[in-house]
Amino acid sequence: MKNSSIIRVAFALGAMTLLAACGGSGGSDSSSNNDSSNTDSTTRDLEGQSITIYSGRNETLMAPLFAEFTTATGINVEVRYGDSGELAALIMTEGDKSPADVYFSQDAGALGAVQDAALFTTLPTDITALIEPQFQSTSGNWAATSGRARVVVYNPALVSVPPMSLDDLLNSQWMGKIGYAPSNASWQSFVTALRLTRGEDGARAWLTDFAANKPVAYEKNGVVRDAVNAGEVSLGLINHYYLYELIASTGPEKVVAKNLYFKDGEAGSLINIAGVGVLASSARTDAALEFVRYLLSTAGQTYFVERTFEYPMISGVSPFSELPTLRELNPPAIDLADLKSIEVTQALLEDVGLLTR
Amino acid sequence: MARLLRAPLALAAPAMVAVVVSLVPLVYLINTSLQRGVQQLIDEIFVSRTATLVMRSLALTVVVTVACAVLGTINAWFVVRSSAPLRPLWLMLLAMPLAIPSYLSAFAWITWIPSLNGYFGAAIVLTLASYPYVMLPVAAMLRGADPQLEDVAQSLGVSPLRSITRVTLRQVSPAIWAGSLLVALYVVSDFGAVATMRLETFTWVIYGAYRAGFNPTRAATLSLVLIGVALLLVVLERRVRGRTVQRVGSGSARHAVRQSPLSLTLPAMAVAITSLGFGIGVPVISSISWTRSSGFVDWAEVWSTIAASFGVGALTGLATVLLALPVGILLARFKGRLNGFTEGAVYVTHSLPGIVIALSVVYFGISIARPFYQQIPLLVFGQMIIFLPLVVGSVRTSIEQSRPAYEDVARSLGISRMKTIFRVTIPLAIPGIAAGGALAVLGAVKELPTTLILRPTGLDTLATSIWKYSSVSDFGAIGPYAVALMLLAALPTAVLSTVTVLRVIK
Repeated sequence: MKNSSIIRVAFALGAMTLLAACGGSGGSDSSSNNDSSNTDSTTRDLEGQSITIYSGRNETLMAPLFAEFTTATGINVEVRYGDSGELAALIMTEGDKSPADVYFSQDAGALGAVQDAALFTTLPTDITALIEPQFQSTSGNWAATSGRARVVVYNPALVSVPPMSLDDLLNSQWMGKIGYAPSNASWQSFVTALRLTRGEDGARAWLTDFAANKPVAYEKNGVVRDAVNAGEVSLGLINHYYLYELIASTGPEKVVAKNLYFKDGEAGSLINIAGVGVLASSARTDAALEFVRYLLSTAGQTYFVERTFEYPMISGVSPFSELPTLRELNPPAIDLADLKSIEVTQALLEDVGLLTR
Repeated sequence: MARLLRAPLALAAPAMVAVVVSLVPLVYLINTSLQRGVQQLIDEIFVSRTATLVMRSLALTVVVTVACAVLGTINAWFVVRSSAPLRPLWLMLLAMPLAIPSYLSAFAWITWIPSLNGYFGAAIVLTLASYPYVMLPVAAMLRGADPQLEDVAQSLGVSPLRSITRVTLRQVSPAIWAGSLLVALYVVSDFGAVATMRLETFTWVIYGAYRAGFNPTRAATLSLVLIGVALLLVVLERRVRGRTVQRVGSGSARHAVRQSPLSLTLPAMAVAITSLGFGIGVPVISSISWTRSSGFVDWAEVWSTIAASFGVGALTGLATVLLALPVGILLARFKGRLNGFTEGAVYVTHSLPGIVIALSVVYFGISIARPFYQQIPLLVFGQMIIFLPLVVGSVRTSIEQSRPAYEDVARSLGISRMKTIFRVTIPLAIPGIAAGGALAVLGAVKELPTTLILRPTGLDTLATSIWKYSSVSDFGAIGPYAVALMLLAALPTAVLSTVTVLRVIK
């Protein structure tokens, strides 16, 4: 079967990721020398340079990718890991004296904040031409590097007719049967998108009804997924890749849960992005841009597809064949930078009683 | 009791350095909040949500502080005055919750009982984490307290329990107040427990302004409100502490004889066992179970993070003691117009969440101390600001409990004031120095937000490793770091309680 072979590949790659992560960044990676097409004369001049990356993305997931970048380009990286929002605040406090060359963020909101502070340089067109306009800053200051889709993960043993839309989730048949992670940033981005698409009143109405359906709060998205897979709850509101992480770590035979995509242009079809920008204060702009090019190269994008199971942003790399394409997903027509009003979202969530229960 | 009126310059000058260091966050906050003008600042403060959040934080602070005062005092009485066996061991164990960071115990609780989130869960976790701040000073004071007053009360027909509530409690009330102030300031500043319990308190919103609002100006304004709250707490504590019962007259105090009936010892023991079971049992058992579920552990990495945590902790402890010593001596032995100001300046920063302290160090460090930026010295500097009040309080209490007559004798023998300080006062302060240093090491080992922002790029401590793996839900990987952190933090906690034990059980 085609599906199970993909899953086996995913499993093997996941295991390799773990080994690579455990081995540390010192070991050289034999698989990453096939990128010689990338190493033109400009890159050779940059060999031996070192750039500093502020990464809001987690070390266990990203360290192997950064090591591959160094192997491919000869440019060394120093990485400072932290929370995306806190790193944005750090950059804004450091101002034009920031030691950072690159800011790699988990979400668009934080990138928008650094852009508003006028601390990014404009990305050259060879980079911005690679990706759809909806997945980059309107002023060319940052570019998305990968995407994650909101999904409903469900347990087929408990769900005969899956919900087809956000409003189906409000049906009383799901009373007490939906899991969600109230403190998770992607959940809060989803609610922010709900505010942007349905307006404040519409969002409040949906959330009030959702709260009346007594959803079950879990600490993290991964725990929601496990609860659905174990049959504790029937549905879970999470991101698409959590299912594939589980398959990679336990093997496909232990996973019964499946992902469901609404594809209706509403907040339930939101695609959150991780993205990158180069700081205007950087003295090593060329090397920093080379890093951005690497993230958006075939090798970089394949890494996201195979190891973090995310959506690629360039047309040359396809997502898993079992995932719907970005176009099929039909995400809501919103400016991703507008997702930064998370504080308003949190106040609303608290107000309708969905933050603590 | 003649007090020297004015401090020698050689003491006052370093004390003023400590004040300047403590004011770093305040200057940063005022500068940043004024970036968008005074009107914006006023608008931000006077929105109704600010008031709601202040009230909620205060409600949590009051509940936790009262609970800690009760729990800490009962446990202190249990380890000093009850007829239980092995009381020094009890004291050491009962202090151990200090070794467990609030984010870790909150995480352990909420994975155990997910429905515990919110106000109730935060109150439980914070109470169990901070009652030792009350227990330790109360235990020390209880040992020093003169039992004759209790004897008198009981000889007049007052029951043992009533003699405790009416006499003993009053004798140790300064220690209860001092401990409660630390608890209150800690609760106001804590983020780990309220974040995990998803309780929107004031700190939650300050972090939110950075993490979710991307708005440092707003965060700074809200932090100024927090400083206002902290000033209120400090002033309140000073006023109450001023009116305490003092022993008058000559004669020497008899050391307390254990005479407590079993009817009091047993309930107190029940409280102590409950404190231990929930305060240590839940996080320790959770962490060990996480470790067992993990397949592969990179022990070399674990060891290097232990070394990093230990190094940073030791440097912070040393630096904080050096800075705190002149302030402690000044506050304990000299009267000056600036004492109130000095005390306030040092204490209020303790109410600020770690991220605010860290960013204030960034703000100045990047321009003034660029060679040390994102290096160990500035990390230690940031942590020093946070833990300075704990060490100052500890040094000061230690000196205050000794007689100024010692110094008077030295002076009458013609020894200069500075020499007296070095030969008499500092030796008197040694228990306080040891206890305070231990508190700073302990705090530095547990501290996460300042470490994340100020650490040298690439340096992992136990706290940052726990953060790293918890954000990808890798429980198996968290386990070894969590256990290692608690074991490492248990060392300074043991020093802390040993100092108290030496003072308490002679």
